[in-house]
Amino acid sequence: MNGTLVQQLVDGLAALMLLTSFALLAQHRMISVLHWFAGQGLLLAVTAAIVAYGTGSDELYISAIMTLLLKGLLLPWLLWRVIRQLQVHREVEPLLNSSLTMLIALGVTLFSFHMIQPIEKISQLITRDSMAIATACVLLGMLMMITRRKAITQVIGFLAVENSLFFAAIGSTNGMPLVVEIGIAFDVLIAALIFGLFFFQIRTTFDSLEVEAMNAHLIHKDDDE
Amino acid sequence: MSSILIQIIQALLLLLLAPLATGFVSTCKARLQNRRGAGLLQPWRNLRKLFVKEVVIASHASWLFRTAPYVVFTATAIAASVVPAMLVDTPLSLTADVIALVALLALARFFLALAGMDIGTAFGGMGASREMTFAALAEPAMLMSIFVLSLSAHSTNLTTMITHTIHTSFALHPSLAFAMVAMLMVAVAENGRIPVDNPTTHLELTMIHEAMILEYSGRHLALMEWASMIKLMLFATLIIDLFMPWGMAMQATPAALAIALGLWLLKLAGLLLALALAETALAKLRLFEVPEYLSGAFIIAFLGLLSYYMLEAGV
Amino acid sequence: MNLFVATLLAPLLGGVLLAVIKDPQRAAVFNIATGIVTFAVSLLLALEVLDTRAVDAMNGWFHLDAYNVFLVVLTTFVSMTTSIFSMPYMRHELETGRVDLPRLRLYHSMFQLFQFGMLLGFTTNNIGVLWVSLELATLATVLLVSLYRTPASIAAAWKYFILCGMGIALALFGTVLVFFTSSAILGHGNIALSWTALYAHASELDPAVMSIAFCFLMVGYGTKVGLAPMHAWLPDAHGEGPTPVSAVLSGLLLNLALYALVRCKMLVDGSTGTDMAGAIMMGFGLLSLFVAALSLHRQRDIKRMFSFSSIEHMGLMTFAFGIGTQLSTFAALLHMTVHSLVKSGIFFTAGHAAQAMGTQKMAEIRGLIQHQPGIGWGLLIGVAAIAGFPPFGIFTSEFLLFTAALESCAWTTLPLLLGLLIAMAGLFRFVQPMVYGEPPATATSVHVNMVPVYIHFGLALLPGIAIPLFLADWYQQAATLITMSAIAGGGGG
Repeated sequence: MNGTLVQQLVDGLAALMLLTSFALLAQHRMISVLHWFAGQGLLLAVTAAIVAYGTGSDELYISAIMTLLLKGLLLPWLLWRVIRQLQVHREVEPLLNSSLTMLIALGVTLFSFHMIQPIEKISQLITRDSMAIATACVLLGMLMMITRRKAITQVIGFLAVENSLFFAAIGSTNGMPLVVEIGIAFDVLIAALIFGLFFFQIRTTFDSLEVEAMNAHLIHKDDDE
Repeated sequence: MSSILIQIIQALLLLLLAPLATGFVSTCKARLQNRRGAGLLQPWRNLRKLFVKEVVIASHASWLFRTAPYVVFTATAIAASVVPAMLVDTPLSLTADVIALVALLALARFFLALAGMDIGTAFGGMGASREMTFAALAEPAMLMSIFVLSLSAHSTNLTTMITHTIHTSFALHPSLAFAMVAMLMVAVAENGRIPVDNPTTHLELTMIHEAMILEYSGRHLALMEWASMIKLMLFATLIIDLFMPWGMAMQATPAALAIALGLWLLKLAGLLLALALAETALAKLRLFEVPEYLSGAFIIAFLGLLSYYMLEAGV
Repeated sequence: MNLFVATLLAPLLGGVLLAVIKDPQRAAVFNIATGIVTFAVSLLLALEVLDTRAVDAMNGWFHLDAYNVFLVVLTTFVSMTTSIFSMPYMRHELETGRVDLPRLRLYHSMFQLFQFGMLLGFTTNNIGVLWVSLELATLATVLLVSLYRTPASIAAAWKYFILCGMGIALALFGTVLVFFTSSAILGHGNIALSWTALYAHASELDPAVMSIAFCFLMVGYGTKVGLAPMHAWLPDAHGEGPTPVSAVLSGLLLNLALYALVRCKMLVDGSTGTDMAGAIMMGFGLLSLFVAALSLHRQRDIKRMFSFSSIEHMGLMTFAFGIGTQLSTFAALLHMTVHSLVKSGIFFTAGHAAQAMGTQKMAEIRGLIQHQPGIGWGLLIGVAAIAGFPPFGIFTSEFLLFTAALESCAWTTLPLLLGLLIAMAGLFRFVQPMVYGEPPATATSVHVNMVPVYIHFGLALLPGIAIPLFLADWYQQAATLITMSAIAGGGGG
């Protein structure tokens, strides 16, 4: 059965997606964060290609290629260059210790499962099961943005959220219309470029990529908190 | 009647092959490192030598120190004997509950740690404390990955689980993959292999298992060593049973048993070879990284549980 | 629909061309010209749409009705006056060395691209494209907020970027969820994200999915609207960016986010048939009102203070849309118009005041009326208008809002009144010493152009005295459109 095989593959990829989200949260070294991020991008491209095969949709093949180029290759490469030029290989120290983060992450995953469970019932799509996982990945990406100090890791968190959203679109709804996907990809690309620009500005202005160093400049104005 | 006989043979095989398995791993490692190695039978020779040697016991050792080797060995041996290796449905295997297995191993560990502390040397206490710390993390991970498996089988009994796996048609199960990875990670830790512990050195900064049995000698040491070899065998067989039981004998016919035995040995060799490869390729973790490694195993097992509910429960 | 195409193309082309015009004076003039052309075209477009009620353009990719065409005109108008205001303002910044020529070029180009993003967002019929354009407008303004390249401005832009990126990602997830349920009914394709199609089939959309989707959309777009507790980015972004940017952020971008939220609410209402979405919006609205009103009192920076006032007013509007009756929606739309006009006017004045005094710290701004009466009176009148004093339109809209609140849930009037009083006290507490008294010796005279400010305040005065009939009719149409879904959904559910 073609359908069930595709279903199984997508399920398997969803599980891997969840794994990469956790792995991103758990990593200490900048370069391994980047590796996992690139892996996630490749995973997305594979998912898109498999769903494209399963549904016979040409639009999704285009999405798959776009994803491969943008999220699997271009963005990791850009980030890698930034990391190399700014010399930020050092360990990233999360705000919370990693066990606590992991426990929160597990809680978040349970929560999203609980939340999405009722709506999975109604869908007839072959890929409906991955919705809960996509939700979990979105929230995990946000958790990463919240718990990290370094600007670069925050951005990777942001991009991971974007990845998860894409996975939600591909995995759970067989892909959004192509126009919207191109629009989103374009926005992500621009955002990434602006991020890159910012890294250098932040670095030259603050001599550090720690977010706290930046916020210190706002604190004297932050009398409302 | 014949099934009881097979049960006994099976248990004996596990006990007797255990030193061979350890020898196999070290030979493989030696070959991978371009050494000749001591040969498959070296662990056997070590044990025989230790059995005939005199036992030296510290003057202030209590009865605990003397009985611990027997308790540890017995508990491990019982655990090993209930795990099905060839025949799925053996008389004892009705009691072969995975949770009971974990409990038996915990009992052995408990006595091992007590014995380590009994003499009152620094190393013994240190090893015991490390062992218990890691055990507190490894056991939940192991139980969690077993729960993932038992979810689809609706039982924690090994025989039921194996039968269930054999009878369901093959499909991709992300939850099983997660559980297997977690189980492998735990197995490595539980057996004190690289990257958690190094069984071949007595480096005081990092040793765990060796630190606890440092004061033992003669037949006591032999029993302790043998028990740890059996444990390796036990884990390997358990993993085979849980994740790749295909080919095991459902009926006690000679042909089926022969195939099962052959396949079992083959899978065993495969697993042990993988272990040797991993030990050669990986570097030992620093001690304070071990808890992270073990919680990683737990998380992966938990992900297996979640993905079972998320992806497979409704299907 | 050539008018429509022209409305969209004018700012886009203007933005591209402005990127290559090097001379600052010429660029500023061209910027104003683009603004005027866009406004003129959009005004003609609005008249056309008002005649025909609702129009689909370009094979249904765009949809114009009374609700969004009114916002399009508001956007082009405020963009136009802002471009007029920004000519002397940015010249002053250039002279004092806060920006250099390349950055000024970036400013002009991004300003028009921002306007393009806004217009695209208002007119598109596809909720996916709506998201894309909101993100586009956000990205354009991120670059504008960090224009001065001071540590604080970069930090503010970063905070803005990260928080809004996070928020907007949630909104995208909500959109994916909507698509998740709609693609089952409408088929897999653009139609399943087309707002008109969704709206027509709203009652068939699965209520459970739509409820969850709304939670994401609420938090996502709510971040962009600046609702508490997701408002942390807003004061920083307003305080650190150039004043024209603060003006369009407060006056326009927040409107677009609120517009998106209301569109989503219409769908959810139609699907669930309950007032769940409205209740959530009312809750967020009230909370924002209070948080902003209280935070107002603790500010030291003039632009930050007014940005809290923006949060307060966005809270009021969200609350009004949340009530969901015809009257309250009418009030919300009126409030949106008047707030955009008055708040951008206030930012213009505050920007000039800060330039004249050489600081944004309120404690050091003194004696504006004596120093430069135009700025001083402008600020005083603006604050009176924004605080809801009678001759101004904000009084009318707030009065209508109170009437609507009394009709549907009377108890809310009490906290509403309290919040407004606290905010008003905060505003006057700071503004009074700034406008009266002796100016400090360090004050310098700046070239100001108060015409846009007076136009804004004058227009804001209009609904306070008597709403012109065509305007009232316009609001009425839009309000009917927005509330229809709640009524239809209520009946169906």
